[in-house]
Amino acid sequence: MTFWSIHIATRLVRLALVLAAVAVLSFALAKSSPVDPVNAYLGADIARAGPEQRALIAARWGLDQPVPAQFFHWLGNMLVGELGYSMTYNAPVIDVIATRFRTSLPLMGLAWLFSGIVGFALGILAGSRPDSWVDRGIRLYAYVLASAPTFWIAILLLTVFSVGLGWTPVCCAGPIGVVPEEVTWLQSLHHLILPLAALSVLGVAQIALHTRAKMVEVMQSDFALYARAQGASRREIAIRHGARNAAIPALTVLFASLGELFGGSILAEQVFAYPGLGRATVEAGIRGDVPLLLALALFFSFFVFTGNAIADIVYRVVDPRMDGKLLR
Amino acid sequence: MSDIVDVETPPTTGIWTTNRAATLGAATLGFILLLGVAVGSLSLGSFGLDADFAARLAAPSPGHWFGTDQMGHDMLARTVHGLAVSLQVGLIAATISVVIAAALALFATTCGRWADALVAFLVDVALGLPHLVLLILISFALGGGTTAVILAVAVTHWPRLTRILRAEILQLRQSDFVLASRRMGKSWAEIGIGHFLPHLWPQLLVGLVLLFPHAILHEAALTFIGFGLEPSNPAIGILLSDSLRFLMAGKWWLGLFPGLSLLAVVLCFDAIGNGLRVLADPRREQS
Repeated sequence: MTFWSIHIATRLVRLALVLAAVAVLSFALAKSSPVDPVNAYLGADIARAGPEQRALIAARWGLDQPVPAQFFHWLGNMLVGELGYSMTYNAPVIDVIATRFRTSLPLMGLAWLFSGIVGFALGILAGSRPDSWVDRGIRLYAYVLASAPTFWIAILLLTVFSVGLGWTPVCCAGPIGVVPEEVTWLQSLHHLILPLAALSVLGVAQIALHTRAKMVEVMQSDFALYARAQGASRREIAIRHGARNAAIPALTVLFASLGELFGGSILAEQVFAYPGLGRATVEAGIRGDVPLLLALALFFSFFVFTGNAIADIVYRVVDPRMDGKLLR
Repeated sequence: MSDIVDVETPPTTGIWTTNRAATLGAATLGFILLLGVAVGSLSLGSFGLDADFAARLAAPSPGHWFGTDQMGHDMLARTVHGLAVSLQVGLIAATISVVIAAALALFATTCGRWADALVAFLVDVALGLPHLVLLILISFALGGGTTAVILAVAVTHWPRLTRILRAEILQLRQSDFVLASRRMGKSWAEIGIGHFLPHLWPQLLVGLVLLFPHAILHEAALTFIGFGLEPSNPAIGILLSDSLRFLMAGKWWLGLFPGLSLLAVVLCFDAIGNGLRVLADPRREQS
């Protein structure tokens, strides 16, 4: 038990350190940008603001202070939950992230689950009969789609299903002209299908490949041979022994792939104009909305690091061989 | 952190009888592709960059294999130009990444425990941010443009390779000839340059070939969402984001062909890299 508390405590310290480093890094990057925050804020009104007004805005935002002072001021605000104000959306950053997260959550969550379940099933199917036609088909799918750019797949899906067949809507998270509160869940689902498919493609391929590799290993192992000699069928071995063993790499990859999931959602949301976190990130970057961009960077890294840590812990929990101390 | 993530993918055999043949085939194909794109892009000159308003948004035909876009540009020519840009950016970025990875791995293994912990921490930080978010931040910091994209891709792709190289060197550290050099009074720095680096060449080459498609994909993604190269520069990402505007009008060829070409290049170099990895591994039985 002490082992676990120490393990988790170390993880927490590392999480804090990584977050601090990400904060310093992102802040430094945002500060070194040639985009002038005052200009970015003024936008089209730039001609109407005199030098005095600009100085006033700069002073109001603390831009006249030295950079380290700005950093600590910002960090202090962050720690008390004061994330700043987003100029792009004209709302507090915390509200922007909260609304966008609610829109993105079904997309990312379902894509994540879907990748896990479908990928695992395909991997088991392919790995239980290596070099069969099923295996070749699944492998071909996985290799090709694991290399295809997510946004291109999204474009193809849009071309075929929205433009060609007209089955699915072209954009957004709800019908045009309907306020988000009045969109029914059926409509949301309808708008979710294509982004979900585009986002799941990569995850499914990765999980399938990793599961397959493990399955092939198990099916060639001595205990599989022994089970076969005892009269178990191929399918029984695949389910009893294969699936259990293959669950470890599948779970690990699933938790460790959160970073790619977020990256993919940025691209998928961009193509489908889906108003989620990914699109907010792009907008923040393009418009030079520094407070929002920084908050999003911290938000994402929190999840990715936690995912990586869970992947590590899952690995130890599911496979006791990973840690001698747990064998006692 | 979780080294377990880098679970090996099986080598791409299949219809090929041996991995050697498959790798050789893929390498030849890759070389022809590179050469074709380079020669094509140079000899095309401004063909495909100049507008031809007589043939706007034409569907694929014998005259224009990939169709034409809203300005009457030939899409095949634009795709070749775009691939040339992508390959250039990918090659430079992947090379820088490999150099960073090698330097950090050597630093971590030859400069003591603190250096090792520092590098592990850097890897954690770099993997802690989703690639695309870090890419956006970096190209925002640098104000966009080709150099920004190259640098952004270069400084985001070293962590995985650094881990692999570090593990490789840690094994080398235990070998007799390294112990012997230590006893003869060589410093770790000398051993690092004199012994570790030469041993890493195959790994570095494989790493470069495997990073290359990743770099191209990330360049395309970054350009696609509008942070990368200038819109006048017909990179694949820009062709694809342009194609979105005409998607509703049913101009499917604008998106299909550039993406397909990109995918072909990526698959080809992935196959070369995976094949080389198996060939370069002396512990592995060659089929």
